Amino acid sequence: MRKELLQGNEAVVRAAINSGCNFFAGYPITPSSEIAHGMAELLPRYGGVFVQMEDELASISAAIGAALAGAKAMTATSGPGFSLMQESIGYAAITETPIVIFDVMRAGPSTGIPTAPSQGDVLQAKHGSHGDYPVVVFAPATVEDSYYITEEAFRVAEEHRLPVIVLSDEIIGHMRESVILPPLKSEEEFRVRAGVEPRLGVGLRKHTTGLVYDETGMPTTEAAEYERLLRRLMAKLADESLLRYKTENAEDAEILFVAYGSTYRSVRKAVRILREESVKAGLFKLETLNPLPERALRKAAENAERIIVPEMNMGQMVKEVQAILCDREVSGISFFAELITPEELVKAVVEVVE
Amino acid sequence: MEGLNHAHHNDELNIRIAGRGGQGIIKLGLFLAEASVLEGKNVVQTQSYGPEARGGACRTDLIISNGEIDYPGLRRIDVFLVLDQEAYLKYSPILDEKSIVIYDSDLVKPDRAKHIAIGFPFTKKAIEDFGNPIFANIIAFGALVAITKIIKPETALYVLKKRLKKFQEENLNAFVEGYELALITPKAVA
Repeated sequence: MRKELLQGNEAVVRAAINSGCNFFAGYPITPSSEIAHGMAELLPRYGGVFVQMEDELASISAAIGAALAGAKAMTATSGPGFSLMQESIGYAAITETPIVIFDVMRAGPSTGIPTAPSQGDVLQAKHGSHGDYPVVVFAPATVEDSYYITEEAFRVAEEHRLPVIVLSDEIIGHMRESVILPPLKSEEEFRVRAGVEPRLGVGLRKHTTGLVYDETGMPTTEAAEYERLLRRLMAKLADESLLRYKTENAEDAEILFVAYGSTYRSVRKAVRILREESVKAGLFKLETLNPLPERALRKAAENAERIIVPEMNMGQMVKEVQAILCDREVSGISFFAELITPEELVKAVVEVVE
Repeated sequence: MEGLNHAHHNDELNIRIAGRGGQGIIKLGLFLAEASVLEGKNVVQTQSYGPEARGGACRTDLIISNGEIDYPGLRRIDVFLVLDQEAYLKYSPILDEKSIVIYDSDLVKPDRAKHIAIGFPFTKKAIEDFGNPIFANIIAFGALVAITKIIKPETALYVLKKRLKKFQEENLNAFVEGYELALITPKAVA
């Protein structure tokens, strides 16, 4: 492996192919389009399928259908398309269909600012579809993360048979960084890994439905069966190995930042600046946004006097963190459509603390 | 020019390249980033552009460092290469007295009181010598490399050869022209 210059969205494409993804259905949208471009270029060559659908409703439906038939399937979009996909995300969850959905976040709501970054889809990723349903949400903060989290997304989707959402953003998606990553697999290596058993059509009849179903797979309206299904599906999120996070300088931190995605990059520098000024600042980086690493977060915050959650939105993750650290002083810092500079962040922290 | 020794902070060089959509600004950033990686540096490149593909101010920012790069944005600017007045006005607020601005002398009116300014007629040269303003970005690339010495000119030429299959010879000549232009007029304006 050698050092190379790679874009966040390009890293996603490489990791998807290296993970054996052999089906992509999507509708290009800024700032996610490079993922579709890359898959369109590679998949036909690698014996996979790339389809540009008529919209995002069709894109996610095609990905779900392909996954049910045994493909490793993904789609990629941004806010407006992600909103359209919500109903089918619930369908993938209840039918236990493993798919990977990339949402490269841009400033919303609606068309918003197509070329500006945001972290506005955090709560939507967990709660955008109706009803209770399990979905794993990851957030990369670097080009390197984009690669390894994509690999993890495919692994988790297959292992737990559920939709996995990766929340990237315009900064991480379009940023180019020098990285040392595994090279793109050859077409031969890809073909060996891509063949998996179809989930449908292996001899027995199987009923796949968005209706609540009982143990035989047939529809039911029984409350007890409904509860059993819901509890079984939601229990998938109890797996501790889903929890990706990192702590930096957290042990003695009096001010603990909780950060994810591109915001992590500002926070990391801000922590260095604060440490140089003898302020005991530390950092808890969330890579899994759902489920949240509650126990690890509580432990990291044990000695902190202040917990601060900077976000490129009106304050979404901060509410989740407040719920986990309900006996602590947790404050949010909001900024919009561009990354906050470390200096601005330090200033905002001083204001919050005073 | 003695290189940019006075501008290095913690071994980190902050570069902004700006112009109008269609001038090849982002491409130029990509070439510089790739060449720097080939020379073993750590690089982060970001960009900002409007929804339109052509016209409108656009910029790309690069941090080139021997160490780890955490914050991907520019906190100050060591070198600002700019080919358009609107882009100069839009993207110049964080310049300081140590910043070096390399600009197209027919298209940009820099505020000399605020920073060091070195101008060359990149676009005019492109039209005169190559019959097309499209080569202005590569001529400017040559000047940037000559003035800053961030990368070796051979590495830049290697990347241009690899990345530009159309008009390759013209582009390589354009780079050399810009490089020599900046070398023979060292105190162009400073």
